[in-house]
Amino acid sequence: MATPAPPLRVPGRMLARVRRSGRLEPWMYLAPALAVLGALLVYPLYQLVLVSFYDYRQPQVTGAEPLRFIGWGNYRALLGDPQFWEVLANTVVFAGACVAGTLAVGGSLAVLATRLSAWVRTLLFLAALGAWATPAVTGSAVWLFLFDPSLGPVNQALAAMGLTGFEGHSWTYTKWSAFGLVLSQVVWCSFPFVMVTLYAGIRAIPSEVIEAARLDGASTGRIATSVMLPMLRPAMAIVTIQSIIWDFKIFTQIYIMTGGGGIAGQNLVLNVYAYQQAFASGQYGLGSAIGVVTTLLLLAISLAYLRALRRRGEVL
Amino acid sequence: MLRRLRTDSAGLLITLVVAFPLYWMVLSALKPRTALEAGDPAPYTLSPTLDSFRRVLVVEDFGRYLLNSVGVAAAVVVCSTLCAFLAAVALTRYRFRSRATLLVMVLIAQMVPVEALTIPLFFLMRGIGQSVPQLGLNHLGSLVLVHTAFATPLAIWMLRGFVAAVPRELEEASWLDGAGSFTFVWRVLFPLTAPGVVATSIFAFIMTWNDFLFATTFIISAQENQTLPVALLSFFRPDENDWGAIMAGSVLMTLPVLVFFLFVQRRLASGLGGAVKG
Repeated sequence: MATPAPPLRVPGRMLARVRRSGRLEPWMYLAPALAVLGALLVYPLYQLVLVSFYDYRQPQVTGAEPLRFIGWGNYRALLGDPQFWEVLANTVVFAGACVAGTLAVGGSLAVLATRLSAWVRTLLFLAALGAWATPAVTGSAVWLFLFDPSLGPVNQALAAMGLTGFEGHSWTYTKWSAFGLVLSQVVWCSFPFVMVTLYAGIRAIPSEVIEAARLDGASTGRIATSVMLPMLRPAMAIVTIQSIIWDFKIFTQIYIMTGGGGIAGQNLVLNVYAYQQAFASGQYGLGSAIGVVTTLLLLAISLAYLRALRRRGEVL
Repeated sequence: MLRRLRTDSAGLLITLVVAFPLYWMVLSALKPRTALEAGDPAPYTLSPTLDSFRRVLVVEDFGRYLLNSVGVAAAVVVCSTLCAFLAAVALTRYRFRSRATLLVMVLIAQMVPVEALTIPLFFLMRGIGQSVPQLGLNHLGSLVLVHTAFATPLAIWMLRGFVAAVPRELEEASWLDGAGSFTFVWRVLFPLTAPGVVATSIFAFIMTWNDFLFATTFIISAQENQTLPVALLSFFRPDENDWGAIMAGSVLMTLPVLVFFLFVQRRLASGLGGAVKG
Protein backbone atom coordinates (compact mmCIF):
# COMPACT_ATOMS: atom_id res chain seq x y z
CA MET A 1 0.00 0.00 0.00
CA ALA A 2 1.44 3.38 -0.99
CA THR A 3 1.77 5.93 1.73
CA PRO A 4 0.67 9.45 0.85
CA ALA A 5 3.54 11.77 0.03
CA PRO A 6 4.54 14.02 2.93
CA PRO A 7 3.52 17.65 2.48
CA LEU A 8 6.11 19.67 0.62
CA ARG A 9 8.35 21.36 3.13
CA VAL A 10 9.46 24.88 2.45
CA PRO A 11 13.12 25.37 3.41
CA GLY A 12 13.65 27.68 6.34
CA ARG A 13 15.56 30.27 4.38
CA MET A 14 12.79 30.61 1.83
CA LEU A 15 10.17 31.01 4.51
CA ALA A 16 12.19 33.89 5.84
CA ARG A 17 12.22 35.40 2.37
CA VAL A 18 8.49 34.99 2.07
CA ARG A 19 7.97 36.59 5.42
CA ARG A 20 10.27 39.51 4.77
CA SER A 21 9.03 40.49 1.33
CA GLY A 22 5.51 39.18 1.90
CA ARG A 23 4.34 42.31 3.63
CA LEU A 24 4.89 44.72 0.81
CA GLU A 25 4.52 42.44 -2.15
CA PRO A 26 0.71 42.16 -2.25
CA TRP A 27 0.46 45.92 -2.09
CA MET A 28 2.79 46.24 -5.07
CA TYR A 29 0.43 44.06 -7.07
CA LEU A 30 -2.58 45.93 -5.77
CA ALA A 31 -1.17 49.37 -6.47
CA PRO A 32 -2.38 49.88 -10.08
CA ALA A 33 -5.91 48.73 -9.35
CA LEU A 34 -6.12 50.75 -6.15
CA ALA A 35 -4.84 53.85 -7.91
CA VAL A 36 -7.37 53.56 -10.72
CA LEU A 37 -10.29 52.75 -8.45
CA GLY A 38 -9.33 55.38 -5.91
CA ALA A 39 -8.98 58.15 -8.46
CA LEU A 40 -11.92 57.29 -10.69
CA LEU A 41 -14.45 55.65 -8.41
CA VAL A 42 -13.89 56.56 -4.77
CA TYR A 43 -12.81 60.16 -5.29
CA PRO A 44 -15.73 60.98 -7.66
CA LEU A 45 -18.11 59.39 -5.18
CA TYR A 46 -16.76 61.71 -2.49
CA GLN A 47 -16.99 64.65 -4.90
CA LEU A 48 -20.58 63.76 -5.73
CA VAL A 49 -21.58 64.00 -2.07
CA LEU A 50 -19.54 67.17 -1.61
CA VAL A 51 -20.97 68.99 -4.63
CA SER A 52 -24.50 68.09 -3.54
CA PHE A 53 -23.99 70.41 -0.53
CA TYR A 54 -22.92 73.38 -2.64
CA ASP A 55 -24.67 75.93 -4.75
CA TYR A 56 -22.92 74.87 -7.94
CA ARG A 57 -24.35 76.23 -11.17
CA GLN A 58 -23.04 77.59 -14.45
CA PRO A 59 -21.73 80.88 -12.93
CA GLN A 60 -19.74 78.92 -10.34
CA VAL A 61 -18.33 76.61 -13.03
CA THR A 62 -17.01 79.51 -15.08
CA GLY A 63 -15.77 81.21 -11.93
CA ALA A 64 -17.99 84.29 -12.30
CA GLU A 65 -19.45 83.68 -8.85
CA PRO A 66 -17.81 82.10 -5.79
CA LEU A 67 -18.78 78.63 -4.54
CA ARG A 68 -21.26 78.73 -1.69
CA PHE A 69 -21.85 75.99 0.87
CA ILE A 70 -25.60 75.63 1.34
CA GLY A 71 -25.80 72.50 3.47
CA TRP A 72 -28.99 70.58 2.83
CA GLY A 73 -30.24 73.33 0.52
CA ASN A 74 -30.21 71.23 -2.66
CA TYR A 75 -31.93 68.36 -0.90
CA ARG A 76 -34.55 70.69 0.54
CA ALA A 77 -35.18 72.15 -2.91
CA LEU A 78 -35.40 68.65 -4.32
CA LEU A 79 -37.83 67.30 -1.75
CA GLY A 80 -39.98 70.40 -2.09
CA ASP A 81 -40.17 70.06 -5.86
CA PRO A 82 -43.28 68.19 -7.03
CA GLN A 83 -41.42 67.20 -10.20
CA PHE A 84 -38.90 65.23 -8.16
CA TRP A 85 -41.64 63.19 -6.55
CA GLU A 86 -43.20 62.56 -9.93
CA VAL A 87 -39.86 61.42 -11.34
CA LEU A 88 -39.29 59.17 -8.32
CA ALA A 89 -42.73 57.64 -8.78
CA ASN A 90 -42.04 57.21 -12.52
CA THR A 91 -38.77 55.47 -11.74
CA VAL A 92 -40.28 53.08 -9.19
CA VAL A 93 -43.31 52.21 -11.34
CA PHE A 94 -41.31 51.90 -14.56
CA ALA A 95 -38.46 49.87 -13.00
CA GLY A 96 -40.98 47.72 -11.13
CA ALA A 97 -42.92 46.99 -14.30
CA CYS A 98 -39.68 46.19 -16.17
CA VAL A 99 -38.60 43.78 -13.43
CA ALA A 100 -42.01 42.10 -13.32
CA GLY A 101 -42.14 41.82 -17.11
CA THR A 102 -38.59 40.50 -17.40
CA LEU A 103 -39.12 37.90 -14.67
CA ALA A 104 -42.48 36.79 -16.04
CA VAL A 105 -41.20 36.39 -19.60
CA GLY A 106 -37.82 34.94 -18.61
CA GLY A 107 -39.32 32.57 -16.03
CA SER A 108 -42.06 31.19 -18.24
CA LEU A 109 -39.70 30.75 -21.18
CA ALA A 110 -37.25 28.90 -18.90
CA VAL A 111 -40.02 26.47 -17.98
CA LEU A 112 -41.11 26.22 -21.61
CA ALA A 113 -37.50 25.55 -22.66
CA THR A 114 -37.35 22.42 -20.50
CA ARG A 115 -40.25 20.94 -22.50
CA LEU A 116 -39.08 21.83 -26.00
CA SER A 117 -37.36 19.51 -28.42
CA ALA A 118 -33.63 20.10 -28.43
CA TRP A 119 -33.51 21.79 -31.83
CA VAL A 120 -36.30 24.26 -31.00
CA ARG A 121 -34.59 25.05 -27.70
CA THR A 122 -31.32 25.74 -29.49
CA LEU A 123 -33.09 28.12 -31.85
CA LEU A 124 -34.81 29.89 -28.96
CA PHE A 125 -31.53 30.27 -27.08
CA LEU A 126 -29.78 31.59 -30.18
CA ALA A 127 -32.49 34.21 -30.71
CA ALA A 128 -32.30 35.13 -27.02
CA LEU A 129 -28.52 35.42 -27.25
CA GLY A 130 -28.96 37.85 -30.12
CA ALA A 131 -31.38 39.98 -28.11
CA TRP A 132 -29.04 39.87 -25.12
CA ALA A 133 -26.03 40.92 -27.16
CA THR A 134 -27.72 43.88 -28.79
CA PRO A 135 -26.28 47.11 -27.37
CA ALA A 136 -28.83 49.41 -25.72
CA VAL A 137 -28.22 52.08 -28.33
CA THR A 138 -28.84 49.89 -31.37
CA GLY A 139 -31.74 48.16 -29.62
CA SER A 140 -33.37 51.55 -29.07
CA ALA A 141 -32.74 52.57 -32.67
CA VAL A 142 -34.31 49.37 -33.97
CA TRP A 143 -37.29 49.82 -31.67
CA LEU A 144 -37.82 53.38 -32.87
CA PHE A 145 -37.87 52.06 -36.42
CA LEU A 146 -40.20 49.14 -35.64
CA PHE A 147 -42.66 51.52 -33.99
CA ASP A 148 -42.17 54.42 -36.37
CA PRO A 149 -45.57 56.13 -36.90
CA SER A 150 -45.70 55.70 -40.68
CA LEU A 151 -42.76 53.52 -41.79
CA GLY A 152 -42.67 51.05 -38.91
CA PRO A 153 -43.83 47.47 -39.55
CA VAL A 154 -45.85 47.38 -36.31
CA ASN A 155 -48.19 50.20 -37.29
CA GLN A 156 -48.35 48.89 -40.86
CA ALA A 157 -49.33 45.44 -39.64
CA LEU A 158 -51.95 46.84 -37.25
CA ALA A 159 -53.39 49.04 -39.99
CA ALA A 160 -53.45 46.12 -42.42
CA MET A 161 -55.42 44.13 -39.85
CA GLY A 162 -58.11 46.77 -40.06
CA LEU A 163 -57.11 48.89 -37.08
CA THR A 164 -56.84 52.05 -39.15
CA GLY A 165 -56.44 54.13 -35.99
CA PHE A 166 -52.82 53.03 -35.88
CA GLU A 167 -51.95 54.64 -39.20
CA GLY A 168 -49.47 57.33 -38.24
CA HIS A 169 -50.05 56.60 -34.54
CA SER A 170 -47.19 57.89 -32.37
CA TRP A 171 -46.19 55.51 -29.58
CA THR A 172 -44.14 58.10 -27.72
CA TYR A 173 -46.75 60.85 -27.56
CA THR A 174 -48.52 59.95 -24.32
CA LYS A 175 -46.67 59.20 -21.14
CA TRP A 176 -47.56 55.60 -20.43
CA SER A 177 -47.50 54.54 -24.05
CA ALA A 178 -43.93 55.86 -24.25
CA PHE A 179 -42.98 54.07 -21.04
CA GLY A 180 -44.59 50.91 -22.39
CA LEU A 181 -42.53 51.16 -25.57
CA VAL A 182 -39.30 51.48 -23.60
CA LEU A 183 -40.45 48.67 -21.30
CA SER A 184 -40.92 46.30 -24.23
CA GLN A 185 -37.38 47.02 -25.41
CA VAL A 186 -35.96 46.52 -21.89
CA VAL A 187 -37.80 43.23 -21.44
CA TRP A 188 -36.64 42.06 -24.86
CA CYS A 189 -32.98 42.63 -24.11
CA SER A 190 -32.96 41.52 -20.46
CA PHE A 191 -35.21 38.45 -20.33
CA PRO A 192 -32.47 36.18 -21.79
CA PHE A 193 -30.36 36.56 -18.65
CA VAL A 194 -33.30 35.48 -16.49
CA MET A 195 -34.26 32.68 -18.85
CA VAL A 196 -30.76 31.22 -19.11
CA THR A 197 -30.10 31.45 -15.36
CA LEU A 198 -33.41 29.91 -14.33
CA TYR A 199 -33.15 27.24 -17.02
CA ALA A 200 -29.77 26.23 -15.61
CA GLY A 201 -31.34 26.25 -12.13
CA ILE A 202 -34.20 23.98 -13.18
CA ARG A 203 -31.81 21.62 -14.93
CA ALA A 204 -29.68 21.42 -11.77
CA ILE A 205 -32.57 19.98 -9.74
CA PRO A 206 -31.89 16.23 -9.46
CA SER A 207 -34.55 14.22 -11.23
CA GLU A 208 -34.67 11.82 -8.24
CA VAL A 209 -36.22 14.57 -6.14
CA ILE A 210 -38.98 15.17 -8.67
CA GLU A 211 -39.54 11.45 -9.11
CA ALA A 212 -39.77 10.91 -5.35
CA ALA A 213 -42.38 13.66 -5.10
CA ARG A 214 -44.30 12.14 -7.98
CA LEU A 215 -44.23 8.69 -6.33
CA ASP A 216 -45.60 10.32 -3.20
CA GLY A 217 -48.55 11.37 -5.32
CA ALA A 218 -47.78 15.06 -5.86
CA SER A 219 -49.42 16.70 -8.86
CA THR A 220 -47.43 18.65 -11.45
CA GLY A 221 -48.63 21.92 -9.98
CA ARG A 222 -47.72 20.79 -6.50
CA ILE A 223 -44.25 19.73 -7.64
CA ALA A 224 -43.73 23.13 -9.24
CA THR A 225 -44.76 25.12 -6.16
CA SER A 226 -43.56 22.88 -3.31
CA VAL A 227 -40.45 21.24 -4.74
CA MET A 228 -39.00 23.21 -7.65
CA LEU A 229 -39.74 26.74 -6.49
CA PRO A 230 -38.00 26.40 -3.09
CA MET A 231 -34.98 24.84 -4.77
CA LEU A 232 -34.87 27.68 -7.26
CA ARG A 233 -35.14 30.36 -4.62
CA PRO A 234 -31.42 31.35 -4.56
CA ALA A 235 -31.33 31.70 -8.36
CA MET A 236 -34.63 33.61 -8.26
CA ALA A 237 -33.27 36.00 -5.66
CA ILE A 238 -30.25 36.75 -7.78
CA VAL A 239 -32.09 37.37 -11.05
CA THR A 240 -34.69 39.50 -9.25
CA ILE A 241 -32.24 41.77 -7.50
CA GLN A 242 -29.98 41.95 -10.53
CA SER A 243 -32.97 43.02 -12.63
CA ILE A 244 -33.98 45.62 -10.06
CA ILE A 245 -30.47 47.07 -10.12
CA TRP A 246 -30.40 47.28 -13.93
CA ASP A 247 -33.88 48.58 -14.44
CA PHE A 248 -33.47 51.23 -11.79
CA LYS A 249 -30.43 52.58 -13.61
CA ILE A 250 -31.79 52.63 -17.14
CA PHE A 251 -30.57 55.70 -18.95
CA THR A 252 -29.80 54.98 -22.60
CA GLN A 253 -33.14 53.53 -23.65
CA ILE A 254 -35.19 56.32 -22.06
CA TYR A 255 -32.85 59.00 -23.31
CA ILE A 256 -32.88 57.80 -26.91
CA MET A 257 -36.41 56.50 -27.34
CA THR A 258 -38.21 59.38 -25.63
CA GLY A 259 -35.80 62.04 -26.85
CA GLY A 260 -34.18 62.87 -23.51
CA GLY A 261 -37.14 62.36 -21.17
CA GLY A 262 -40.28 62.70 -23.24
CA ILE A 263 -42.58 65.59 -24.02
CA ALA A 264 -42.37 68.13 -21.18
CA GLY A 265 -40.28 65.65 -19.20
CA GLN A 266 -43.13 63.18 -18.82
CA ASN A 267 -40.82 60.17 -19.16
CA LEU A 268 -38.01 61.27 -16.86
CA VAL A 269 -36.50 58.71 -14.52
CA LEU A 270 -33.95 59.54 -11.79
CA ASN A 271 -30.81 59.05 -13.86
CA VAL A 272 -32.06 61.03 -16.83
CA TYR A 273 -33.44 63.70 -14.49
CA ALA A 274 -30.05 64.13 -12.80
CA TYR A 275 -28.36 64.30 -16.19
CA GLN A 276 -30.79 66.91 -17.51
CA GLN A 277 -30.62 69.04 -14.36
CA ALA A 278 -26.82 69.05 -14.54
CA PHE A 279 -25.95 69.18 -18.21
CA ALA A 280 -29.01 70.82 -19.73
CA SER A 281 -29.97 73.27 -16.96
CA GLY A 282 -26.50 73.73 -15.47
CA GLN A 283 -27.68 72.85 -11.94
CA TYR A 284 -24.72 70.69 -11.00
CA GLY A 285 -25.35 70.84 -7.25
CA LEU A 286 -28.97 69.78 -7.62
CA GLY A 287 -28.01 67.07 -10.14
CA SER A 288 -25.48 65.71 -7.65
CA ALA A 289 -28.12 65.60 -4.91
CA ILE A 290 -30.29 63.47 -7.22
CA GLY A 291 -27.26 61.29 -7.87
CA VAL A 292 -26.76 60.79 -4.13
CA VAL A 293 -30.41 59.80 -3.68
CA THR A 294 -30.12 57.30 -6.57
CA THR A 295 -26.90 55.87 -5.15
CA LEU A 296 -28.39 55.39 -1.68
CA LEU A 297 -31.47 53.68 -3.08
CA LEU A 298 -29.33 51.34 -5.16
CA LEU A 299 -26.95 50.69 -2.30
CA ALA A 300 -29.84 49.42 -0.20
CA ILE A 301 -30.85 47.07 -3.02
CA SER A 302 -27.26 45.98 -3.58
CA LEU A 303 -26.82 45.05 0.07
CA ALA A 304 -29.81 42.77 -0.29
CA TYR A 305 -28.05 41.30 -3.35
CA LEU A 306 -24.90 40.66 -1.30
CA ARG A 307 -26.89 38.81 1.32
CA ALA A 308 -28.57 36.69 -1.34
CA LEU A 309 -25.16 35.86 -2.83
CA ARG A 310 -23.85 34.84 0.55
CA ARG A 311 -26.83 32.60 1.12
CA ARG A 312 -26.09 30.97 -2.21
CA GLY A 313 -22.72 29.98 -0.77
CA GLU A 314 -20.42 32.22 -2.79
CA VAL A 315 -17.14 32.36 -0.85
CA LEU A 316 -15.33 35.57 -0.22
CA MET B 1 -46.68 13.38 -29.24
CA LEU B 2 -49.34 15.91 -30.11
CA ARG B 3 -48.54 17.82 -26.95
CA ARG B 4 -44.87 17.98 -27.86
CA LEU B 5 -45.84 19.31 -31.27
CA ARG B 6 -47.92 22.02 -29.67
CA THR B 7 -45.22 23.20 -27.25
CA ASP B 8 -42.67 23.08 -30.05
CA SER B 9 -44.75 25.27 -32.33
CA ALA B 10 -45.33 27.70 -29.44
CA GLY B 11 -41.56 27.73 -28.89
CA LEU B 12 -40.92 28.38 -32.55
CA LEU B 13 -43.42 31.22 -32.62
CA ILE B 14 -41.76 32.85 -29.61
CA THR B 15 -38.35 32.37 -31.22
CA LEU B 16 -39.62 34.23 -34.28
CA VAL B 17 -40.92 37.11 -32.16
CA VAL B 18 -37.63 37.35 -30.23
CA ALA B 19 -35.57 37.25 -33.41
CA PHE B 20 -37.81 39.62 -35.38
CA PRO B 21 -36.22 42.96 -34.33
CA LEU B 22 -32.76 41.74 -35.30
CA TYR B 23 -34.07 40.28 -38.54
CA TRP B 24 -35.78 43.56 -39.38
CA MET B 25 -32.59 45.45 -38.61
CA VAL B 26 -30.52 43.36 -41.03
CA LEU B 27 -33.28 43.34 -43.64
CA SER B 28 -33.67 47.12 -43.56
CA ALA B 29 -29.94 47.60 -43.83
CA LEU B 30 -30.02 45.59 -47.06
CA LYS B 31 -33.20 47.05 -48.58
CA PRO B 32 -32.81 49.69 -51.26
CA ARG B 33 -33.39 53.21 -50.00
CA THR B 34 -36.38 53.82 -52.25
CA ALA B 35 -38.21 50.80 -50.81
CA LEU B 36 -37.58 52.02 -47.27
CA GLU B 37 -38.78 55.52 -47.96
CA ALA B 38 -41.93 54.20 -49.60
CA GLY B 39 -42.61 52.22 -46.44
CA ASP B 40 -42.35 48.86 -48.20
CA PRO B 41 -43.86 46.42 -45.69
CA ALA B 42 -42.51 43.24 -47.33
CA PRO B 43 -40.58 41.08 -44.84
CA TYR B 44 -38.02 40.24 -47.55
CA THR B 45 -36.23 42.03 -50.33
CA LEU B 46 -35.63 40.84 -53.86
CA SER B 47 -32.89 43.36 -54.56
CA PRO B 48 -30.53 43.39 -51.57
CA THR B 49 -27.90 46.08 -51.76
CA LEU B 50 -24.95 47.22 -49.67
CA ASP B 51 -25.80 50.79 -50.55
CA SER B 52 -26.78 51.73 -46.99
CA PHE B 53 -23.48 50.43 -45.66
CA ARG B 54 -21.64 52.40 -48.31
CA ARG B 55 -23.58 55.53 -47.38
CA VAL B 56 -22.78 55.07 -43.70
CA LEU B 57 -19.11 54.30 -44.15
CA VAL B 58 -18.30 56.83 -46.86
CA VAL B 59 -20.68 59.73 -46.46
CA GLU B 60 -21.12 59.67 -42.69
CA ASP B 61 -17.52 58.67 -41.97
CA PHE B 62 -18.72 55.83 -39.79
CA GLY B 63 -15.39 54.05 -40.22
CA ARG B 64 -13.70 56.70 -38.16
CA TYR B 65 -16.13 56.27 -35.25
CA LEU B 66 -15.77 52.53 -35.56
CA LEU B 67 -12.01 52.91 -35.20
CA ASN B 68 -12.48 55.25 -32.23
CA SER B 69 -14.71 52.72 -30.51
CA VAL B 70 -12.33 49.87 -31.23
CA GLY B 71 -9.39 51.90 -29.96
CA VAL B 72 -11.07 52.89 -26.71
CA ALA B 73 -12.34 49.38 -26.07
CA ALA B 74 -8.93 47.82 -26.82
CA ALA B 75 -7.15 50.24 -24.50
CA VAL B 76 -9.68 49.55 -21.74
CA VAL B 77 -9.26 45.80 -22.20
CA VAL B 78 -5.48 46.02 -21.81
CA CYS B 79 -5.49 48.44 -18.87
CA SER B 80 -8.32 46.89 -16.88
CA THR B 81 -7.15 43.32 -17.41
CA LEU B 82 -3.64 44.22 -16.31
CA CYS B 83 -4.83 46.05 -13.19
CA ALA B 84 -7.31 43.31 -12.35
CA PHE B 85 -4.89 40.45 -12.94
CA LEU B 86 -2.24 41.92 -10.64
CA ALA B 87 -4.86 42.71 -7.99
CA ALA B 88 -6.27 39.19 -8.26
CA VAL B 89 -2.78 37.80 -7.67
CA ALA B 90 -2.45 39.86 -4.50
CA LEU B 91 -5.92 38.92 -3.28
CA THR B 92 -5.63 35.17 -3.86
CA ARG B 93 -2.00 34.18 -3.44
CA TYR B 94 -1.11 36.26 -0.41
CA ARG B 95 -2.55 36.27 3.07
CA PHE B 96 -2.53 39.71 4.62
CA ARG B 97 -4.65 41.50 7.12
CA SER B 98 -6.93 43.67 4.99
CA ARG B 99 -7.51 40.99 2.34
CA ALA B 100 -11.11 40.18 3.26
CA THR B 101 -12.00 43.85 3.60
CA LEU B 102 -10.57 44.58 0.16
CA LEU B 103 -12.55 41.72 -1.39
CA VAL B 104 -15.79 43.06 0.04
CA MET B 105 -14.85 46.50 -1.24
CA VAL B 106 -14.30 45.09 -4.73
CA LEU B 107 -17.74 43.56 -4.58
CA ILE B 108 -19.29 46.83 -3.44
CA ALA B 109 -17.37 48.77 -6.09
CA GLN B 110 -19.10 46.61 -8.70
CA MET B 111 -22.41 47.90 -7.46
CA VAL B 112 -21.69 51.61 -7.49
CA PRO B 113 -24.19 53.10 -9.95
CA VAL B 114 -21.61 54.67 -12.23
CA GLU B 115 -24.35 56.66 -13.96
CA ALA B 116 -24.63 58.76 -10.80
CA LEU B 117 -20.93 59.65 -11.07
CA THR B 118 -21.32 61.42 -14.41
CA ILE B 119 -21.24 64.90 -12.84
CA PRO B 120 -18.08 64.56 -10.68
CA LEU B 121 -16.33 62.59 -13.43
CA PHE B 122 -17.15 65.32 -15.92
CA PHE B 123 -15.41 67.88 -13.73
CA LEU B 124 -12.54 65.50 -13.00
CA MET B 125 -11.96 65.06 -16.74
CA ARG B 126 -12.17 68.80 -17.23
CA GLY B 127 -9.47 69.22 -14.59
CA ILE B 128 -7.26 66.50 -16.03
CA GLY B 129 -7.69 68.01 -19.49
CA GLN B 130 -6.14 71.25 -18.30
CA SER B 131 -2.82 69.52 -17.64
CA VAL B 132 -2.99 66.48 -19.96
CA PRO B 133 -5.35 67.32 -22.85
CA GLN B 134 -5.24 63.77 -24.26
CA LEU B 135 -6.90 62.41 -21.13
CA GLY B 136 -9.43 65.21 -20.71
CA LEU B 137 -12.80 66.16 -22.13
CA ASN B 138 -13.29 65.80 -25.88
CA HIS B 139 -10.52 63.21 -26.07
CA LEU B 140 -10.80 59.46 -26.21
CA GLY B 141 -8.40 59.15 -23.27
CA SER B 142 -11.12 60.30 -20.88
CA LEU B 143 -13.31 57.37 -21.95
CA VAL B 144 -10.41 54.94 -21.54
CA LEU B 145 -9.84 56.20 -18.00
CA VAL B 146 -13.40 55.90 -16.74
CA HIS B 147 -14.12 52.57 -18.38
CA THR B 148 -10.91 51.07 -17.05
CA ALA B 149 -12.13 51.99 -13.57
CA PHE B 150 -15.61 50.61 -14.22
CA ALA B 151 -14.39 47.32 -15.69
CA THR B 152 -11.70 46.58 -13.12
CA PRO B 153 -13.84 45.47 -10.12
CA LEU B 154 -15.75 42.87 -12.12
CA ALA B 155 -12.53 41.73 -13.79
CA ILE B 156 -10.86 41.24 -10.38
CA TRP B 157 -13.85 39.26 -9.23
CA MET B 158 -13.79 37.02 -12.31
CA LEU B 159 -10.00 36.51 -12.45
CA ARG B 160 -9.83 35.65 -8.75
CA GLY B 161 -11.08 32.12 -9.35
CA PHE B 162 -8.72 31.49 -12.24
CA VAL B 163 -5.66 32.71 -10.34
CA ALA B 164 -6.58 30.75 -7.23
CA ALA B 165 -6.95 27.57 -9.27
CA VAL B 166 -3.24 27.44 -10.16
CA PRO B 167 -1.76 24.92 -7.68
CA ARG B 168 0.52 26.12 -4.94
CA GLU B 169 3.11 23.42 -5.83
CA LEU B 170 3.81 25.22 -9.07
CA GLU B 171 4.69 28.35 -7.16
CA GLU B 172 6.96 26.43 -4.83
CA ALA B 173 8.63 24.70 -7.77
CA SER B 174 9.38 27.98 -9.47
CA TRP B 175 10.73 29.39 -6.18
CA LEU B 176 13.08 26.44 -5.98
CA ASP B 177 14.15 27.01 -9.57
CA GLY B 178 15.20 30.47 -8.53
CA ALA B 179 12.39 32.50 -10.08
CA GLY B 180 11.43 35.66 -8.25
CA SER B 181 7.84 36.48 -7.45
CA PHE B 182 7.46 38.74 -10.45
CA THR B 183 8.92 36.17 -12.84
CA PHE B 184 6.51 33.57 -11.49
CA VAL B 185 3.52 35.86 -11.89
CA TRP B 186 4.42 36.94 -15.38
CA ARG B 187 5.91 33.76 -16.88
CA VAL B 188 3.86 31.08 -15.14
CA LEU B 189 0.68 32.48 -13.63
CA PHE B 190 -0.37 34.78 -16.47
CA PRO B 191 -0.20 32.16 -19.25
CA LEU B 192 -2.02 29.65 -17.05
CA THR B 193 -4.93 32.02 -16.46
CA ALA B 194 -5.29 32.83 -20.17
CA PRO B 195 -8.88 31.53 -20.46
CA GLY B 196 -9.96 33.78 -17.61
CA VAL B 197 -8.10 36.69 -19.14
CA VAL B 198 -9.91 36.17 -22.42
CA ALA B 199 -13.30 36.04 -20.70
CA THR B 200 -12.72 39.19 -18.65
CA SER B 201 -11.36 40.98 -21.70
CA ILE B 202 -14.54 40.26 -23.60
CA PHE B 203 -16.69 41.58 -20.78
CA ALA B 204 -14.61 44.75 -20.55
CA PHE B 205 -14.81 45.16 -24.32
CA ILE B 206 -18.59 44.84 -24.43
CA MET B 207 -19.09 47.18 -21.49
CA THR B 208 -16.98 49.87 -23.12
CA TRP B 209 -18.33 49.32 -26.62
CA ASN B 210 -21.94 49.75 -25.46
CA ASP B 211 -21.43 52.89 -23.41
CA PHE B 212 -23.54 55.83 -24.47
CA LEU B 213 -23.78 58.01 -21.36
CA PHE B 214 -20.11 58.84 -20.88
CA ALA B 215 -19.40 59.06 -24.59
CA THR B 216 -22.10 61.66 -24.97
CA THR B 217 -21.11 63.54 -21.81
CA PHE B 218 -17.34 63.72 -22.34
CA ILE B 219 -17.06 64.19 -26.10
CA ILE B 220 -18.94 67.45 -26.43
CA SER B 221 -17.54 69.41 -29.31
CA ALA B 222 -14.87 67.19 -30.90
CA GLN B 223 -16.94 65.40 -33.50
CA GLU B 224 -13.91 63.54 -34.83
CA ASN B 225 -13.50 61.86 -31.43
CA GLN B 226 -17.02 60.50 -31.13
CA THR B 227 -17.62 56.81 -30.60
CA LEU B 228 -20.19 54.61 -32.35
CA PRO B 229 -23.20 55.01 -30.04
CA VAL B 230 -23.12 58.80 -30.20
CA ALA B 231 -22.43 58.82 -33.93
CA LEU B 232 -25.37 56.50 -34.50
CA LEU B 233 -27.63 58.87 -32.60
CA SER B 234 -26.50 61.78 -34.75
CA PHE B 235 -28.07 60.02 -37.76
CA PHE B 236 -31.48 60.75 -36.31
CA ARG B 237 -32.92 63.81 -37.97
CA PRO B 238 -36.42 64.98 -37.24
CA ASP B 239 -38.86 63.73 -39.87
CA GLU B 240 -36.28 62.66 -42.40
CA ASN B 241 -34.55 59.73 -40.78
CA ASP B 242 -32.39 57.74 -43.17
CA TRP B 243 -33.48 54.43 -41.68
CA GLY B 244 -31.30 52.44 -44.07
CA ALA B 245 -28.20 54.19 -42.77
CA ILE B 246 -29.31 53.92 -39.13
CA MET B 247 -29.96 50.21 -39.49
CA ALA B 248 -26.69 49.61 -41.35
CA GLY B 249 -24.85 51.44 -38.55
CA SER B 250 -26.72 49.37 -35.99
CA VAL B 251 -25.68 46.16 -37.74
CA LEU B 252 -22.04 47.26 -37.73
CA MET B 253 -22.27 48.08 -34.03
CA THR B 254 -24.08 44.90 -33.00
CA LEU B 255 -21.99 42.41 -34.94
CA PRO B 256 -18.79 42.46 -32.82
CA VAL B 257 -20.78 42.12 -29.59
CA LEU B 258 -22.73 39.19 -31.01
CA VAL B 259 -19.51 37.40 -31.99
CA PHE B 260 -18.06 37.91 -28.52
CA PHE B 261 -21.27 36.76 -26.88
CA LEU B 262 -21.03 33.49 -28.74
CA PHE B 263 -17.55 33.09 -27.26
CA VAL B 264 -18.54 33.68 -23.65
CA GLN B 265 -22.03 32.18 -23.70
CA ARG B 266 -21.02 29.39 -21.34
CA ARG B 267 -20.07 31.82 -18.61
CA LEU B 268 -23.14 33.99 -19.01
CA ALA B 269 -25.43 31.73 -17.00
CA SER B 270 -23.32 31.89 -13.87
CA GLY B 271 -24.54 35.40 -13.17
CA LEU B 272 -21.47 37.18 -14.45
CA GLY B 273 -23.40 38.37 -17.44
CA GLY B 274 -25.26 40.55 -15.04
CA ALA B 275 -22.83 43.36 -15.21
CA VAL B 276 -22.70 43.65 -18.95
CA LYS B 277 -25.94 45.38 -19.79
CA GLY B 278 -25.75 48.92 -18.63
